[in-house]
Amino acid sequence: MTSLAIGTQASPLRDIPPQKGWYRRNEIKLTPWLFLLPGILFFAVYVIVPIFQSFWISFHEWDGLGEKVFVGFDNYERLATDRKFEVSFWNNLKWLFLYLLAIPLGLSISLLLNQKVWGIRLYKSMFFFPFVISQVVVGLVFSWFYLPNNGLFDVIISSFGLDIRGGVLGNPNTATYGIIAAGLWPQTAYCMILYLTGLNAVDPEQVEAARLDGAKGFKMLWYVILPQLRPATFIAFVVTIIGALRSFDLVSVMTNGGPFGSTRVLSFFMFEESLSEFGFRMGYGAAIAVVLFLLMLCFISYFLWSMYQDEKGAH
Amino acid sequence: MFPTPIEKTSRTWQIMYQALLPLALIVWLLPLIAVAMFSIKSSADFASGNYWGMPTSFELFNNYGKVFFDSDMPRYMLNSLLITIPTVIGAIALSSMTGFALGVYKFKSNLWIFFMFIAGNFVPFQILMVPVRDLTIGLGMYDTKLGLVLFHIAFQTGFCTLFMRNFIRALPFELVEAARVEGIAEWRIFWYIVLPLMKPALAALSVLIFTFIWNDYFWAVVLTQGPSAQPVTAGITSFNSQFVAQYHLMSAGSIVAALPPVAMFFLMQKHFIAGLTLGAVK
Repeated sequence: MTSLAIGTQASPLRDIPPQKGWYRRNEIKLTPWLFLLPGILFFAVYVIVPIFQSFWISFHEWDGLGEKVFVGFDNYERLATDRKFEVSFWNNLKWLFLYLLAIPLGLSISLLLNQKVWGIRLYKSMFFFPFVISQVVVGLVFSWFYLPNNGLFDVIISSFGLDIRGGVLGNPNTATYGIIAAGLWPQTAYCMILYLTGLNAVDPEQVEAARLDGAKGFKMLWYVILPQLRPATFIAFVVTIIGALRSFDLVSVMTNGGPFGSTRVLSFFMFEESLSEFGFRMGYGAAIAVVLFLLMLCFISYFLWSMYQDEKGAH
Repeated sequence: MFPTPIEKTSRTWQIMYQALLPLALIVWLLPLIAVAMFSIKSSADFASGNYWGMPTSFELFNNYGKVFFDSDMPRYMLNSLLITIPTVIGAIALSSMTGFALGVYKFKSNLWIFFMFIAGNFVPFQILMVPVRDLTIGLGMYDTKLGLVLFHIAFQTGFCTLFMRNFIRALPFELVEAARVEGIAEWRIFWYIVLPLMKPALAALSVLIFTFIWNDYFWAVVLTQGPSAQPVTAGITSFNSQFVAQYHLMSAGSIVAALPPVAMFFLMQKHFIAGLTLGAVK
C-alpha cells in the first residue's frame, strides 16, 4: 500500500486543478479492472464457465443435438462398471508414474552436457529439439520406429534374439509402454533444459566449499546440488504431471486406443465416447472428463498451494 | 561448477567424453534420423524391403516436391499459419494487459484472479471440450479458423498472464511511482513505460505460443474437419491416408509439418529457452 500512498499524497504538490473528474479521482482503483476486463471475459467464456457446464452436462444423457435428458448420477454409475473406464484409469496411472522418469533422465543428460567444451551449445540444442516437434509427428516417427519386422526397433532387438509378437504397438502387453516411451522423449528434453538452466545458477562457492570438505560424486549431487535445484525440480514435476494426464495426441496417432482398447487413457476415452464413429454420447463423455478433472485437481491444488507459499514469502 | 569441469580431469577421460558426446546424440536422435532417411528414399526401396540400407536412389526433391505440389499440404500449412499468428497477437495483447493489472496494482482479489488464470491453464482439455464445441457451433464458427483462434487466445491467456505478471513484478516499481508523481495517466504508464520494458517477455512468449499453437492437435480435431480450416497437425492424418504405406512420402510430409516450430526454435533459441525455464531459477 505504501506505493499508492506516495502517489496520492504527492499529487496535491503538483498544480492539478481541484475539480478532477470522477474517473481521474478513481483512476488507480479503476485501471486494473479496465485492463483485466477483456482477458477475464475471454477466459471466463472459454475456460471457467465450460468447466461448470461440463459438470452439468455429466448429469444428462445428450447426443449433442437434441434435448438433454436429466439422469442424475446414472453416467457415473455406468462408469463404475465400464471395463473401458477401468483400463483407461489404470493406463493413466501408468502414464503418471512412468512419465516421472523424465525428471531423473533429464537431470542425467543435463549433468552430461553441463560442460564447456567446443560445440557444447549445439549439442544442448540438438538434445533439446525433440520437445519442439509436435506430438503428432513424434507419434508418427515412433510408430515407424516400432514397425513390426522392418522398424529399426524391431531390427535392433531381434539382433539380441528378442521378438515382440505383432510389434511393440500391435501387442496389448507392450503397446502402452511403447507410447509412454515416445512421450518420454520430448518430456526428458524439457526437464533437461530446466536442469541445465538450474545448474547454471548453482552457487560455485558452495560447490568449492563442499569439495574442500571432501564431498564429491553422488554425495555432492544429493546434498549440495539438488537442494539448489529445487525450483527447477518443482517446475519439472508440474509440467510432467500435467503432460502425463494430457496424453492424447500420442495415443490417438500411434494406436487410436488399440490393440483391443489396451492403450486407452481417460482423455482419449472421453473423446472417443463423445465424438467418434461410435456415436455422440456427450453426457457420458462429460462424466469421464469430470473424473479426469478431479484427478488433475488434486495436483493443481498442490501446485497452487506451493505457489501461494512462495507468494507469501515474497511480500 | 558441477559436475567437475572436464578440462580439469585426466586426458583419457577428456578424450572419452569427446567421443561419447556425438555417440549419445546419435542414439538420442535415432528415431528422427531414421525418418529423415526414409524421406529421401524411393518407393522401390521399401518394396524390396530395403528399409535401413543405403538408398538406391536419392529422391529428396521428388518426395518433397510431391508433398508440396501433389497434396493438400500447402493448404494445411497456410491454415496453421493463419491460426497461429492471430492467436499469438491476441494472446499477447490480452495478457500484457492482465499481466500489467496484476503485476502493478494492489487490490484485494488480485491474487485470486491470478490463481484463477493459473488453475485454468492446468485443466485437462476434455473438461472444456463439449461446451466449447457447442459454443463454437452456436456462434456459427465450427470448422472455421476464427473459431479455433478465439478459443486458443482465451486458453493461452492463462499461461501468458502468469508469465507477464511475474515478469512485471521483477521490473523496478520505482519507475511507475515516479511516473505517477509526474501525474501521468495510468494507461500511458502502461503504454510508454511498462510495455517497452517488456520486450524480452513479449519475444519469449511469442515464440512459445507459436510453438504451442502450431503443435496443437486436440482442438484442431474437435473444432475443425476439412482442408478449408484444418491446421497441419490434423491435416497430416488425412495426408497419410492419401499416401497409405508410402513411407517415403509420409515421412517427408511429417518433416515438413514439423519444420516451422523447429526453425523458430533455432532462430530464437535464447528467447525460447528463457521463456520455458522461467521460474527454474530463483
